[in-house]
Amino acid sequence: MTDQNLVIDRLTVVKSGKHIIDNVSCQFATGQLVGIIGPNGAGKSTLLSAVAGQGRYSGDIRWHGRRPDASDLGYMPQACRVSSTLTVLETVLLGSHERLGWRVSEADIERATAILDEFALAHLASRSMRTLSGGQQQLVLLSQRLVREPKLLVLDEATSALDLSHQISVLGMLRRYVAKQRALVLMAIHDLNVAMQYTDQLVLVDNGVLAGQDAPQNVLTQDKIKKSYGLAVDLVPRPNGRPVIAPVVMA
Amino acid sequence: MVGALLVLGWFFVVDMATGPSGMPLSDVINALLAGPSGPDRASATIIWYLRMPQSMMGVIVGICLGVAGLQMQTILDNPLASPFTLGFSAAAGFGAALSIMFGASLPVPEYLVTPIVAFAMTLLACLIVYLMVRALGESPEILVLCGIGVLFLFQSLQSLLQYLASPEVLQQIVFWLFGSLLKANWTSVMVTGAVALFCMPLVMRDSWRLTVLRLGDANAASLGIDVANLRRRSFIIVALLTAAAVSFVGTIGFVGLVAPHVAKALVGEDHRYSIPLAGLIGATILISASVFGKMISVGGVIPVGIITAVAGIPMLFLVIFSRKRQEK
Repeated sequence: MTDQNLVIDRLTVVKSGKHIIDNVSCQFATGQLVGIIGPNGAGKSTLLSAVAGQGRYSGDIRWHGRRPDASDLGYMPQACRVSSTLTVLETVLLGSHERLGWRVSEADIERATAILDEFALAHLASRSMRTLSGGQQQLVLLSQRLVREPKLLVLDEATSALDLSHQISVLGMLRRYVAKQRALVLMAIHDLNVAMQYTDQLVLVDNGVLAGQDAPQNVLTQDKIKKSYGLAVDLVPRPNGRPVIAPVVMA
Repeated sequence: MVGALLVLGWFFVVDMATGPSGMPLSDVINALLAGPSGPDRASATIIWYLRMPQSMMGVIVGICLGVAGLQMQTILDNPLASPFTLGFSAAAGFGAALSIMFGASLPVPEYLVTPIVAFAMTLLACLIVYLMVRALGESPEILVLCGIGVLFLFQSLQSLLQYLASPEVLQQIVFWLFGSLLKANWTSVMVTGAVALFCMPLVMRDSWRLTVLRLGDANAASLGIDVANLRRRSFIIVALLTAAAVSFVGTIGFVGLVAPHVAKALVGEDHRYSIPLAGLIGATILISASVFGKMISVGGVIPVGIITAVAGIPMLFLVIFSRKRQEK
C-alpha cells in the first residue's frame, strides 16, 4: 500500500456560523496531480486554503506526520490580480524571498529564468506585471510558486484565465513536476473535461462535504454530476477509459 | 543611487554656503576649515551652530519622511498615502500648540518643551490608531479609516487651541505649523539622527517582505509572510520616523508623498533600492527647498515647509515625463 503523505482528518471550517467545510477526511500519496472539483460555493477554495494553513479550521492536517509549513508549500490563491510595476523576473524571484540575500545570486536568476522558459515567458522577463494579461499574470504567479520547489503544491484555479492550449500545457508541466519532485499537487479545476483527462485522482466537494474521492472516471459519473451540478450529461467513451463529458443542453 | 548622492551633496554644499547673513564663499570655507572654535567667532557661530545643524537636520528629516512615505504607500497599497495620512502631523501640531500655550509650566528646558510634547502626541496618535486597528482588523482600509478619524480629531483639537490662543501665541503656533529648519540645533540633529539610525536597519531588514507585499496581501500571505505583523511593524517605524522628523522642525508636507514616487520611477518597486533612494530624494527635495527659500528671500528665510512643493513638483514632473517617453 502507498504511503499517505497528506492526511486531512475531520476538517471543519465555520464562517459566520455556516459550515463551509463539514467534517472532511481524506488522504493523498505524493507523486499525484489531484483535482478538486465541485460546483460554485461548494467549499473548494476553503478546503485548499485550510491545507495551505490560511484561516481558522478545526480538525487536523498532517504532511508527513506534521503540520505543513511555508517551506513545504507552494500555495496560489484564487484571483491574484497584481497591479504592481515589479518586473516578471523580479516577481518570480520573490517566490523564494526567504532565501534571497542582499545580492541576488546568478543561480537564483538562472533558476527563475529556467522556469520562465518552461512556460514560454522568458521574452516577458523585463516587462512590468501590470502590463500583462490576466492569463500571463497567472502563469507568472504559478512560476513564482514553482521556483520555491515545493513538495506540496496547492493551486486554487491556477489555470482559470488560460486558454485551453495553455491549460493543457500547464497541466503537462505540472505532471512532469510531480514525477520529477515526487510532489503532490492539489488543484481546484472547474473544467470537468480537463479534470477527467489530466488528473490522477479527483476529489468532489459538494456543499462542504466530501462527495467522492477516486480515479476521475469513477468520480465523474452521470449520477454524481447530476447530483452535484444539477446537470444531465452524456459520457462519450474514449480508448483511454476516460470518457468525454458532453452536457445535454435543454432547449 | 550614486547620482542621487552627488546631487544631494551639491545641494548640501550650496545650502551651507547661502544664508541671510550674505557671508562670502571664502569666509564659509575658512570657517569650515577653522572648525567650531575658529578665531572668527561670528563666522564660526553662523556656520557651525546655525547653518550646519540646519542643513544636517534637513537631510535627516528628508530621509525620515521619504522612507516613511514609501513604507506608508506600500503597507496601505495606496499611492496617495504619506507619513501624515494617519494623522501623525495633526497630532504633532496639536502637541506643539499645546506646549506653546501651556508648556512654560513644565520642568523642562524651554527649547525642548515643544519637541517633547509634539513627539509624545504623535506617539499617542500612533497608539490610538494601533489599538483601534487591533480591535477592528488589520486591513489597509481599516488602517486608513482609523487614521483619518485620528487626523480629524487632532486637527479639531489644534483648531480649538488656535481659536482660544492670544494673537501672539497664535502667531507662534502658525509659524511652528509652517515647518522650518530654522528651529534645528545640534540637539535636534542628534535625537532625530539617532531615531533614523535606529529605524533604518529595521526597515531594510524588511525590504524583501515589503517588495513581496506589492503583489497583494493574498499573494504575500501565500508566500509565507505574516502580513498583519509586517504591516504593524512598519506602522510603528513610520510613527517613530515621522514623530522624530516633525517634532523639531514642524510639519513639512509633500516630501513624504513625492519622494517615494520619484524613487519608484527611477529604480522600480524593489525595496532594497527604493527605500534608500526615497530617503535620498526626500533629503534632496528638502535641502533644495531650503536653498530656494533662502535665495528668493534676500536677507531672510522662507520656511522650508512652505516651498517643498515648489522644489519637488519639477522633480516629479521630470520623472513622469521621462518615464512616459521611455514607455513610448
